[in-house]
Amino acid sequence: MTTVRKRYRIGALPWIGPATAVIILMVLYPAYEMVRTSFMNIDETGTSHGFTGLSNYRNLFHNPNLVAVLERTVIWTITIVVATVLISLPVAQILHAKFPGRRLVRYALIVPWAASVVMTSTSWLWILNGYYGILNRILISLGLIQDQVQFLGSPTQSFAWLIVVAVFVSVPFTTYVILAGLTTIGEDILEASTVDGASGWQRYRNIIFPLLRPALLIGIVINLINVFNSFPIIWVMTTGGPGYSTDTTTTLAYKISFRNADIGQSASMATINFTIILLFIILFLKVSRWREDA
Amino acid sequence: MTTTMKTKLPRRTPKRKITGRKVTLTISGWTIGLIFLAPYIEMMITSVKSKAEILSIPTTYLPQHWTWSNYITIWKQLPLAQYLRTSLVVSLSATLLVLLLAVPAAYYVGRNKFRLRTPFLLLVLVTQMFSPTSLVIGIFREVIKFHLVNTWMALILVYAAFNMAFSIWILSSFFASIPIEIEEAAWIDGATRLQALRMIILPIALPGLVTAFIFTFISAWNEFVIALTIESSPAHQPLTVGLESLIGQYQVQWHYLFAGSLIAIVPVVILFALIEKYLVSGLTAGSVK
Repeated sequence: MTTVRKRYRIGALPWIGPATAVIILMVLYPAYEMVRTSFMNIDETGTSHGFTGLSNYRNLFHNPNLVAVLERTVIWTITIVVATVLISLPVAQILHAKFPGRRLVRYALIVPWAASVVMTSTSWLWILNGYYGILNRILISLGLIQDQVQFLGSPTQSFAWLIVVAVFVSVPFTTYVILAGLTTIGEDILEASTVDGASGWQRYRNIIFPLLRPALLIGIVINLINVFNSFPIIWVMTTGGPGYSTDTTTTLAYKISFRNADIGQSASMATINFTIILLFIILFLKVSRWREDA
Repeated sequence: MTTTMKTKLPRRTPKRKITGRKVTLTISGWTIGLIFLAPYIEMMITSVKSKAEILSIPTTYLPQHWTWSNYITIWKQLPLAQYLRTSLVVSLSATLLVLLLAVPAAYYVGRNKFRLRTPFLLLVLVTQMFSPTSLVIGIFREVIKFHLVNTWMALILVYAAFNMAFSIWILSSFFASIPIEIEEAAWIDGATRLQALRMIILPIALPGLVTAFIFTFISAWNEFVIALTIESSPAHQPLTVGLESLIGQYQVQWHYLFAGSLIAIVPVVILFALIEKYLVSGLTAGSVK
């Protein structure tokens, strides 16, 4: 036992130190570097010319695209998260019930979750192709349209389809979170409520839904972060274009730095984005704390 | 005896029969499955069409000639082997680095109460919510500063760092659930702490290790933004970036693009399905079990 005591005394550092070092070096330091860059004057070659106070932020607020992009980002985040939850709730309910082939359907739902979002978006881009896309063919076969439709023809239409794809990609994870929540409710509670003679909808509203709320809240906050941060869907399908007409703040920050070579202004956009994410994380900590006490 | 009889009786009443509800359920279930597979089915179909057929109107539902040879020609048409090698080397290295560092950290956290425990767990929880996308500009600046542009090392370090949290989280809950007595027995038998960890604890925590391994591997395998930003030479680009670069070309070779994509997707989907059980609790930082 003496040897055991001695080893305890070495302390935590050798055990948690290396992992902490990597996190500090590659996660916290870039965050610091990004915030710092947002206050610096950096030329197109990436060379720094010292601090310039808030001038990057001033440039950003004078960016003619900013207001529209901000509005779009709010629509993007809220629409996708709300639609994802509204679809995932019934989908989870169906996948929780027993039916032949349920296992296979659950596996099918894993595919969009596991597959690279870049590649999923590429497939959608092809499906929606105005000339050769399969969706046009299907709709014509069904008699719903006469001629081929350019689904990604206008910014509004493109943006709507981007939202569809983002929902498609978010539903699997959300469904699984809700499924996990449903499993914790337990059969006896569900059975008891059936015996009491509650109708299906009443049962769902008054018993299942309240019990699902913790899982759902976690799912919503994680989705908020993911959707707000979402990059590949927009990048692959429209690159935020034409112009800036389908950009969100995430793709805008990227464009300002890697297309317009204005790293300072881009860093100020990214710093604002990052601050918003920090707020979401605080929300997450609050929401999950609720669960920790239980 | 009587009580068990009583509880069993009402369960026997709902008989197994084909009800309307069951049929609706089955149809909805299968439809959902089909919808979520559709883009990948279309990928598969397109990947075995000929070039002429892809550019024909009206679009064919199924290939007229199943051109399986696309899967052979693609290796000559694209630098696929190169992309695949980068993806494999980077993802595997990042994953091994994560396990190497996360196992001791998770073990210590799962077993001990110490002064820095709460700040450390908070760091883990917060960084789990960060994505490389939100920090890409900072990462880019750092990578330039350390002269790591167009190296695999930059990607390995970034992927390891951003996945450390998930692995620590899931592993520490596994370690914490293993009774200390098992370990103490090994210590009494003369094993050192590291020996006990290696020979007793790690084998028991194997599902956790597998989950951490697969999760890190897949998120490194699928990462796009960082690789797009810091790897400009094709020799250092992973599959995601390499294949995406085909979209910008004058004439997109969709059949090759999708054959390549499927080669990248199929293995990870199978791996992902293996760890599905543990994923949700890991991703929601244990708050949903």
